[in-house]
Amino acid sequence: MILYHLNHLRELEAEAIYVIREAASQFERPAMLFSGGKDSIVMTHLARKAFYPARIPFPLLHIDTGHNFPETITFRDKMVEEIGARLEVRYVQDSIDKGRAREEKGPNASRNVLQTITLLDALEELKIDAAMGGARRDEEKARAKERFFSHRDEFGQWDPKNQRPELWMLLNGRKHIGEHFRVFPLSNWTEMDVWMYIQLENIPIPEIYFTHERDVVDRDGMLLAYSEYITLKETEKVEKKIVRFRTIGDMTCTGAVESPASSLSEIIDEIAASRTTERGTRQDDKRSETAMEDRKKAGYF
Amino acid sequence: MSDFSKDGYMNMELLRFTTAGSVDDGKSTLIGRLLYDSKQIFEDQLEAIEQRSQQRGFEHVDLSLLTDGLKAEREQGITIDVAYRYFATPKRKFIIADTPGHIQYTRNMVTGASTANVALILVDARKGVLEQTIRHSFIASLLQIPHLIICINKMDLVEYSEEAFNKVVEEFRHVSSKLDIKDVHFLPISALKGDNVVDKSQNMPWYQGATLMYLLENIHISSDENHIDCRFPVQYVIRPQQTEYHDYRGYAGRIVSGIYKPGDKVKILPSGESAVIKTVELFGENIEEAYAPMSVTMTLDRDVDISRGDMIVRENNAPNMEQEFDVMICWMNANKLQLGGKYAIRHTIKDARCVIKDIRYKIDINTLHRNENDKEIGMNDIARINIKTTVPLYFDSYRKNRYTGSVILIDEGTNETVAAGMIV
Ligand SMILES: Nc1nc2c(ncn2[C@@H]2O[C@H](COP(=O)(O)OP(=O)(O)OP(=O)(O)O)[C@@H](O)[C@H]2O)c(=O)[nH]1
Ligand SMILES: [Mg+2]
Repeated sequence: MILYHLNHLRELEAEAIYVIREAASQFERPAMLFSGGKDSIVMTHLARKAFYPARIPFPLLHIDTGHNFPETITFRDKMVEEIGARLEVRYVQDSIDKGRAREEKGPNASRNVLQTITLLDALEELKIDAAMGGARRDEEKARAKERFFSHRDEFGQWDPKNQRPELWMLLNGRKHIGEHFRVFPLSNWTEMDVWMYIQLENIPIPEIYFTHERDVVDRDGMLLAYSEYITLKETEKVEKKIVRFRTIGDMTCTGAVESPASSLSEIIDEIAASRTTERGTRQDDKRSETAMEDRKKAGYF
Repeated sequence: MSDFSKDGYMNMELLRFTTAGSVDDGKSTLIGRLLYDSKQIFEDQLEAIEQRSQQRGFEHVDLSLLTDGLKAEREQGITIDVAYRYFATPKRKFIIADTPGHIQYTRNMVTGASTANVALILVDARKGVLEQTIRHSFIASLLQIPHLIICINKMDLVEYSEEAFNKVVEEFRHVSSKLDIKDVHFLPISALKGDNVVDKSQNMPWYQGATLMYLLENIHISSDENHIDCRFPVQYVIRPQQTEYHDYRGYAGRIVSGIYKPGDKVKILPSGESAVIKTVELFGENIEEAYAPMSVTMTLDRDVDISRGDMIVRENNAPNMEQEFDVMICWMNANKLQLGGKYAIRHTIKDARCVIKDIRYKIDINTLHRNENDKEIGMNDIARINIKTTVPLYFDSYRKNRYTGSVILIDEGTNETVAAGMIV
């Protein structure tokens, strides 16, 4: 190895920490979105590193769709306790009860889109002016266009055709009252980088990333976890399969992959050989060609 | 990802490169080709763009769709904003910024280019060097991108002719002789057909040089970092509210350049006070020698008054500390630069205000001459100006240090970033 040369994972780590420290400094009330997935777990780990030995100087915010994997919630609560972080939870169910959001109908109903309403309400209620998220540019073609500091207007909307230029590492977080920013410290990470980093740093992750037996429903080639939130179509049946999850989101739209991988090392081998992207397991992106861009414009993460 | 090795992955270098060149010269197609031929496209991504190409009635798969991800881009067939793509070979991990060629979106090209080690400048073999080619090459030289690869594209449309290639090389050399560029390579390619992108072309036996992929994997980049001049802007002061760390004061930030280690005598700017580094650490782990671009936390041997925006440097190697200096700017806003106007300015992690004291000259993009009479600086113009800041900045010239030599100007009314500036 060359002396005085950081390998690329450590360079990505340094970049992410820089962005997190910048968000903590430039904004009055930043918060970090926590979904229970591997990206937000890695981002939280980086936030700990950024301020150690002090605690993370902003709250974690979880937008709970009510359709979570139970393992996610157990993991979340344990992690928050261990690192001494502040956690705020806001529920999509509350938005529905208040009439702010309307539940989708039919077998493909999902609360994934409704999340945006709860999120924007939560940002307003908590007066959050910067919401950090674990989204990565390699995930999806609209996300490939994001800045580190991404401006949102007073309606929480993204204007992808008119983004501020982001030069060198000079991050411009200036805004008018009522506007806010989305901040993406993991912008330049790939799925593989995230897994390699989890292994390198020995970061705990929920068990459902590893292989286990589960009741699943094959819906249009996607293996959805069977739960009370899934309405079966006539031709569908519940089967037991050996699976794991590549991403963790809402139970109604996150697909499992058949896999025997029981360790990080096996997961990494599997991903290295994989011929599909992790977003291929997400029903929410398959709704239309511009599904992600449309949701993002409206304020989705 | 064939040939994947975990150990290899842990020791890869990161190379950031950007595309540049005039509209439709084939930048996005080239990136698509590079990903496709190096087997970095996933099945679901390929299916999606195959479908889309069919719907549109194309005879071939339009590889530019891999980076042109926005609805508006796909409708118009052009790139509007930078798209970032990632791939790795056993040698390196790459971050690609695919930027727009359209003049209206030059600011997005500058965004993609500002952090690049390498720029691929595309030229259509039929059209040769155009105004946008010159503008982008000039910006690449201003930004001091260390390596330029001039890809003379669409060779399939000029019968793979050596003459046509040489003609464009000549044209480009004529332009580049007026620019400050260190390392230039010329490459005949067809992004559409794949000649000399990943695989060596069978159609151009007269070309003996490397393929694009070979160059990207082998260009020497480790000397691009500055390990001499110690510059550490303090980004955040860590003061834990926990009794066990009652007296702890950590100065957190990202090392811009130079090497820092415990025992080093340092000077704090602007106070000029001296101290000795006690520890350089991250997450409780001590680091023996820290260097750019690491993010670390430093503790010092004594209590000094330090706040965000101060800079920790070595005693005998200080940056300039001034309030008035010259800057080369790329203007990026529809509202023109106001002589005598006031703007917010951001330098490293420091915010200040400044006033535009003088417009020295504007660059005429076609001739690359300085025009001292034209003081109208509008969207996409490049000019040299003189500014005065409300407080001293601790800077180096951009030539010496990319990160302590750069600034952005921000409109205080709209909060938009209106200019990229390189301190002369
Ligand atoms: N024949 C031929 N056509 C090409 C080649 N490379 C690109 N094209 C075509 O040129 C057109 C423009 O290509 P793009 O890749 O979108 O160009 P671009 O430089 O990215 O354009 P902007 O991003 O809008 O500046 C498309 O129709 C491509 O198919 C090539 O090597 N040969
Ligand atoms: Mg393009």
